[in-house]
Amino acid sequence: MNDIKTAANSLLTAYIKDTPKSLKLIDSYMVYVLLTGIIQFVYVVIAGTFPNNAFLAGFISTVASFVLAANLRIQTNPKNASQFPTTSPERAFADFLACNVVVHFAVANFLG
Amino acid sequence: MSTESSSTVARVLKPTILILIAIVAISSRLFSIIRFESVIHEFDPWFNYRTTQHLVKNGFYDFWNWFDEKSWYPLGRVVGGTVYPGIMVTSALIHNVLHFFNFPVDIRNVCVFLAPMFSGLTAFSAYLLTKELKDSSAGLLAAAFLGVAPGYISRSVAGSYDNEGIAIFLLVFTFYLWIKAVKTGSAFFGLLTALFYFYMVSAWGGYVFITNLLPLHAFTLLLMGRYSNRLYVSYSTFCAVGTLLSMQIPFVGFQPTRTSEHMAALGVFGLLQLYAFAELVRGYIPPKQFRALLKGGIVAVAVIASIGLTILSFSGVIAPFTGRFYSLYDTGYAKIHIPIIASVSEHQPTAWTSFFFDLQMLIFLFPAGVYLCFKELKDEHVFIILYSVFASYFAGVMVRLMLTLTPVVCVSAAIAYSTLLDTYLETSEHVLASTKPAIAAAATSAPVVIEATTSDSKATGKKTAAKAAAAAAAAAKSADAEAKTHAKSAASSEKKRFPIFNLDSRLLVILQLTWFLFMFAWHCTYVTSGSYSSPSIVLASRQQDGSQMIIDDFREAYYWLRKNTKEDAKVMSWWDYGYQMAGMANVTTLVDNNTWNNTHIATVGKAMSTSEEVSYKVLRQHDVDYVLILFGGVIGYSGDDINKFLWMIRIAEGVYPNDVKETNFFTPRGEYKVDHDATKTMRESLMYKMSYYRFAELYGSGNAVDHVRNARMPAEGPTLSVLEEAYTTENWLVRIYKVKDLDILGRDLKDSTAFDKGRVRKISSLKKK
Repeated sequence: MNDIKTAANSLLTAYIKDTPKSLKLIDSYMVYVLLTGIIQFVYVVIAGTFPNNAFLAGFISTVASFVLAANLRIQTNPKNASQFPTTSPERAFADFLACNVVVHFAVANFLG
Repeated sequence: MSTESSSTVARVLKPTILILIAIVAISSRLFSIIRFESVIHEFDPWFNYRTTQHLVKNGFYDFWNWFDEKSWYPLGRVVGGTVYPGIMVTSALIHNVLHFFNFPVDIRNVCVFLAPMFSGLTAFSAYLLTKELKDSSAGLLAAAFLGVAPGYISRSVAGSYDNEGIAIFLLVFTFYLWIKAVKTGSAFFGLLTALFYFYMVSAWGGYVFITNLLPLHAFTLLLMGRYSNRLYVSYSTFCAVGTLLSMQIPFVGFQPTRTSEHMAALGVFGLLQLYAFAELVRGYIPPKQFRALLKGGIVAVAVIASIGLTILSFSGVIAPFTGRFYSLYDTGYAKIHIPIIASVSEHQPTAWTSFFFDLQMLIFLFPAGVYLCFKELKDEHVFIILYSVFASYFAGVMVRLMLTLTPVVCVSAAIAYSTLLDTYLETSEHVLASTKPAIAAAATSAPVVIEATTSDSKATGKKTAAKAAAAAAAAAKSADAEAKTHAKSAASSEKKRFPIFNLDSRLLVILQLTWFLFMFAWHCTYVTSGSYSSPSIVLASRQQDGSQMIIDDFREAYYWLRKNTKEDAKVMSWWDYGYQMAGMANVTTLVDNNTWNNTHIATVGKAMSTSEEVSYKVLRQHDVDYVLILFGGVIGYSGDDINKFLWMIRIAEGVYPNDVKETNFFTPRGEYKVDHDATKTMRESLMYKMSYYRFAELYGSGNAVDHVRNARMPAEGPTLSVLEEAYTTENWLVRIYKVKDLDILGRDLKDSTAFDKGRVRKISSLKKK
């Protein structure tokens, strides 16, 4: 247990020190989206899924936003630049936007 | 020729070849149009055609909300919510675009030519897919193979207006996009994969194959330790967007979050998230601390997951697999539990001969191609290996899934074939020049075959050739036994490619391969023309003098129904003909090929297989005006209703075990007979009576022979009292009976018929006197 504590501590310090600001911004967005998803899930567990399509639309919207932001984070991370030779940060952001447009078009349709 | 000019030539040649392949693919599917006419084939296409007409005529929203009261009488069918609308929307779109540009094309022709047109696109996507795996020459071969392979033609000839017609294109193209996405790690290609997956979901129930194959690929890569950020990006984009999009199709609905078929995708998605998070954490802290964290994390996740799964499965949120899916694992399952699935011929297990029949030489090249994929084993090759394993299994279980196997067979056969060609057509002269002396030197000093090696790219050819020469020279210096091992190790350390020098051995192989290609093309054309181009609503047979006889009884009967019955006439038939009747005769049907309600089908089965008194009640309850059956006894058409009768009995027995018993239809010796030996139940069944009513009159006394079952029929045929013959077509293929109204004097119909007959007999006997 102690190991885990120290590991978590060093993780936190390393994260604060080594992460570029733009990635921290994306991370905060991801945490926000994650919390939104958890709140929706808790609500559904308590109140039931009645308009199932609305719940699914909302929940999948958060899941999709989360992974799309994760994509953006991975692709703009300077450490990963070698793995994505063809993807510039601008291109990554354009992809992010395109995916979000499609996702939220479907979400709006599904909310019904 | 210099490399520059040859690449220019290749740039011109490739599109030309692809266009030619598309033309060949389209034109080899037109046999049925040339022989017969531009007409919709078979059964399901008639429904698709009817709904497309509705869509074109009444617009999209009306189609989406369409409640069809003319099928499944008296239940009706919510068409918008129970179809895969992809194919209808596609052809309606094409139709509207053409009309916008003032090309007044009939919707029927759009429907008829849709599948051939898409086969051209399929060939093109096979080219793209194979190009990602090997190179563009293999891609061209794959396109050519897939363009003419009978396994695919079987479902995409002109007039075969069915979901598979566009679905195979979507399948191959989605796989191409997926591989592209995994290779580049681009979210954009992941998005395109999801969009085409959505199109696929809207077009064919076989989308489940993609739903399971892509996660399996991702999971296998994880297990192989091949996790990469590219995989994360492509898979999570595909899964998140694809799942959401697939739920927009009403027929699919919430299934992606409920049924077990879709769970694999979500499970792998979750796993990938955890793995990616672990990877992220690993980047920040030293390995020792990471291990401690990982242990804690795994314990936490395992506890949460097991609790979650128990709750979900106990509360029944995740539905078990459906019956159709079970029958893929256990081939005997459907026969025992769901006769309605087993009764469809395309759901039967595949005979081994049909693999050769549908794929010819490709089936031999297929394992070789898979082997070559194993040798390369990049991410995309893993995909092809998985695809081939699963598609082979499913194709063995169900004839119809041959269709999903065909693309991967074509792709890997093309890889094998083009590797052979690469090896035997290697013409780069400098490679030959530099390796030849080395070989000669080695051959003189050591009587072993030195396996000199070259790599495939021309730029590095010289380098490797020099290396090989050095290895060969070293081998030649040492003793014979040593030379052998040296050469072998030199060969195995390099890529295993041997240039073949002798013209005769090259010619031998190349000519043989070319001959195979000729045979393949010949076989494909032969199979397409002979077996897959029959519209099945028009039958063609050869007479003894070689002239063709067209048997057009189906359309004759449907046309009669269309012209001679009331607009709201209800016609009962076995479900196979439901779609055709609705499409061609425009009458109300009781059951059709949708088979969504087993009880209703069993009711029709009961009406067919019980005695007149029992079945008359069923007919009256369902307002049936006419009964339509197929009878092939006169011309020897084996797909008639008497041959399907056992399935009707089985399905009816499943729901009405008290009224119908299968054993009563078999003779004491366990035979299914229609002649003198037929059991009493058999003779009294409505189907038997309708089939053989007045059959004996056709052939003088006692000579009536059923040509399908080779049975000599009794001279005294069955009598009918609750039905009267309304129409029988030219070759007796279709017989239509009218259900009599209740007797006006309130008598039993049997009595009144007997009375009527008696009077007729009396008058004739009076006249004789």
